[in-house]
Amino acid sequence: MLHTFVAYVEDLPGVLTRVASLFRRLNINISSLTVGRSERPGLSRLTLVCDASAEAGHRIRASLFKLENVVDVDDIAQAPSVTRELALIKVAATPENRSQIFELAEVFRARIVDLAPESLMIELTGVESKIEGLIQVLNESEDRILEICRSGKMTMRRGHHTSRVLRAMGAPAEDSANAEPTENFEDRAAVEPE
Amino acid sequence: MGSNAIPQSSNAHLTTPTRLTGAEIIWATLVGEGVTDVFGYPGGAILPAYDALRKFPIHHTLVRHEQGAAHMADGYARASGKVGVAVATSGPGATNLITGIATAMLDSIPMVCITGNVSSKVLGTDAFQEIDITGITLPVTKHNFLVSKTEDIAPALRHAFQIAQSGRPGPVLVDITKDAQQGTAIFDFAAAKPRPYRPHPMLGTDESSLAGAAELIRNAKRPIILAGHGVIESGAMEQIRTLAERAQIPVALTLLGLGGFPASHPLNLGMMGMHGEAWVNHAIQEADLLIACGMRFDDRVTGTTSQYALKAKKIHIEVDPSEINKNIKVDVALVGDLRSVLEDLLPRIPGRDGSAWIKTIEASKGAVAVRDIKNLPDSGHLYAAHVMHDLWRITGGDAIVATDVGQHQMWEAQYFHHEKPRSLITSGGLGTMGFALPAAIGAKTACPDKEVWVIAGDGGIQMTASELSTIVQEGLKINIAIINNGYLGMVRQWQEFFYERNYQSTPLVSPDFVKLADAHGIKGRAVRTRAEVADAVNEARSHSGPFLLNFMVEKEDAVYPMIPAGSALHEMIRRPGKNPLVESPDDK
Ligand SMILES: Cc1ncc(C[n+]2csc(CCOP(=O)(O)OP(=O)(O)O)c2C)c(N)n1
Ligand SMILES: [Mg+2]
Repeated sequence: MLHTFVAYVEDLPGVLTRVASLFRRLNINISSLTVGRSERPGLSRLTLVCDASAEAGHRIRASLFKLENVVDVDDIAQAPSVTRELALIKVAATPENRSQIFELAEVFRARIVDLAPESLMIELTGVESKIEGLIQVLNESEDRILEICRSGKMTMRRGHHTSRVLRAMGAPAEDSANAEPTENFEDRAAVEPE
Repeated sequence: MGSNAIPQSSNAHLTTPTRLTGAEIIWATLVGEGVTDVFGYPGGAILPAYDALRKFPIHHTLVRHEQGAAHMADGYARASGKVGVAVATSGPGATNLITGIATAMLDSIPMVCITGNVSSKVLGTDAFQEIDITGITLPVTKHNFLVSKTEDIAPALRHAFQIAQSGRPGPVLVDITKDAQQGTAIFDFAAAKPRPYRPHPMLGTDESSLAGAAELIRNAKRPIILAGHGVIESGAMEQIRTLAERAQIPVALTLLGLGGFPASHPLNLGMMGMHGEAWVNHAIQEADLLIACGMRFDDRVTGTTSQYALKAKKIHIEVDPSEINKNIKVDVALVGDLRSVLEDLLPRIPGRDGSAWIKTIEASKGAVAVRDIKNLPDSGHLYAAHVMHDLWRITGGDAIVATDVGQHQMWEAQYFHHEKPRSLITSGGLGTMGFALPAAIGAKTACPDKEVWVIAGDGGIQMTASELSTIVQEGLKINIAIINNGYLGMVRQWQEFFYERNYQSTPLVSPDFVKLADAHGIKGRAVRTRAEVADAVNEARSHSGPFLLNFMVEKEDAVYPMIPAGSALHEMIRRPGKNPLVESPDDK
């Protein structure tokens, strides 16, 4: 099944390697990964999508937490959430056939962000199927796709913000074998090592 | 060196911020962390640090190979519970550490490795002896640091010590560029303190799971405690004992758990797993409750997981959340430090009558595998089992024993009965040949008043035999028992059982180990018959310096019982027919 992990990681050299290495070791392919600044200073937020067995989710999350530079991990699983991807698509287009692509862009609520004598660039945001849809239509029409750049998926839970969700997940789990966290990072008790 | 030469053995710089060179900061930080001994080998990229060493109250053991340094730091940590420290130069020095780091990683040993690296200006240019050691060691360390600024050295090292010891312990590597060692910075030990330790957020022992565990224990008819390395690492010996005694639950141990529960205790069943006692493995297969304490259901203890303890409910008490349900699905998980979880659990555990189940297990001992080697008539053959038995008897079980990897390691585990924690030092997870000799050096350095024995095979000893001269240079009283069977014995055994006795590349020519010892200035003696064993062991013990015993044992003996890899726990290969090592029910 597809797993979507949202993680807050320290914005330091090598952190992404550590995260990626964990999946490499398990021989799990990362199908999509986005990283960028988050609302917390010094922390980057990443959304990582991979295909792994249903049981793997718990262990991957637990293993991600073991990485020193990983601060929070949320396994979105089937929770209500919003997922978006950004695509830039460069299409061969001359002044003669441009208008047809403009129309297409409008249907998909895409924007034309660059116009050159022999090409134009489309910017499209949406769920995966929407982006796949536009690419398919472009492929089926005469228009030649020159380049595609996709951001990979970004996911955010609906409703409460992630920190609060993580706290809520700490409510006594029915299955203690799959114990969930009891506190989020900010609230995590500062404990001195023995 | 920095203008502020540090007066020897003055620790003023620990309390007053002082400008020091990076090299001095390394040692000053170690002193602040309580380090008194390090194991290392110098080279260009770590030379500034070595130059500054004389100013600090730290004893440096010069090793003969950096793998030895890592194993010594590891043995030091296993024997003392403190963090072991290894030091190496860049490039080949650093890569030589890797086997030792991986050994510590798989057995969760707190260790800090410090490597020098080339100057930060040439990082990534394939400069002389430059290697990406933080990249290479990423999967075999708990964490690692690449430090290229002098002011980052102290915080990185202090953070490394925190990581190495906290949660599930493990090795941490700190790679420090040469220019960072040469530069200066204000050293402020207190300010370099790492951020507060963040416990793994998936730790959890809520009321309901504690109650659930207690309920399972109360209702169990055939419970067994599985005690692992975690018992020793979290110092939960008392708590395990209380649990076992109060609820009258027998205890089976993993290899690394040996010593965590006294071997002589009536509730101690012995070692479980691939070369565990038959009755232990049978009991696990028959149990209706397993209480796994600080162990990780390694494949060497479960056999094939699809047939493992199918009748049993399972409680898993474990500090690492990623171990829960990894190999074996459990019914109740108590995720946290073993000692504190047991302390929370114990008030809920009432006294219990376990006699029926204990009697059943006792009865099965007679029918199966108890070995009575003590009363065995001398057949003129020397069996490794005899050696282990006599070593145990003569040392009173009070020694620290470092074993290597192979048949002798399993025989030691079977016949040397460990009463106390940290008395067996062995590489379980990685199974690293060459471990014993350097690990024993580390252990002896940590515990100079303890009697320390190396038990190694003729194969493994040759992997790190160069450390014999380290023993001499350090003047350490270490006794070495080589179990010399002329083979890479454990591999030969697999060839015997599973490869139609095709002894490909396992017969082994060795030097005359007594002469080898002699060449190092170490006394030695060869032992060929059982009658000589006790005398030889006594001679070694009473000699003031290091001593090597070369036990010329039966060449083609095998370790029994054995669960073939991938078989179920009860599918054991037993010692065939009439064998000199008679199995009888009263080996007391
Ligand atoms: C570094 C390393 N290489 C290879 C092995 C595989 N191996 C496991 S046991 C063994 C044989 C060990 O022979 P010896 O040291 O003579 O001990 P014995 O089994 O004969 O007691 C080998 C080769 C290993 N565990 N470690
Ligand atoms: Mg051998």
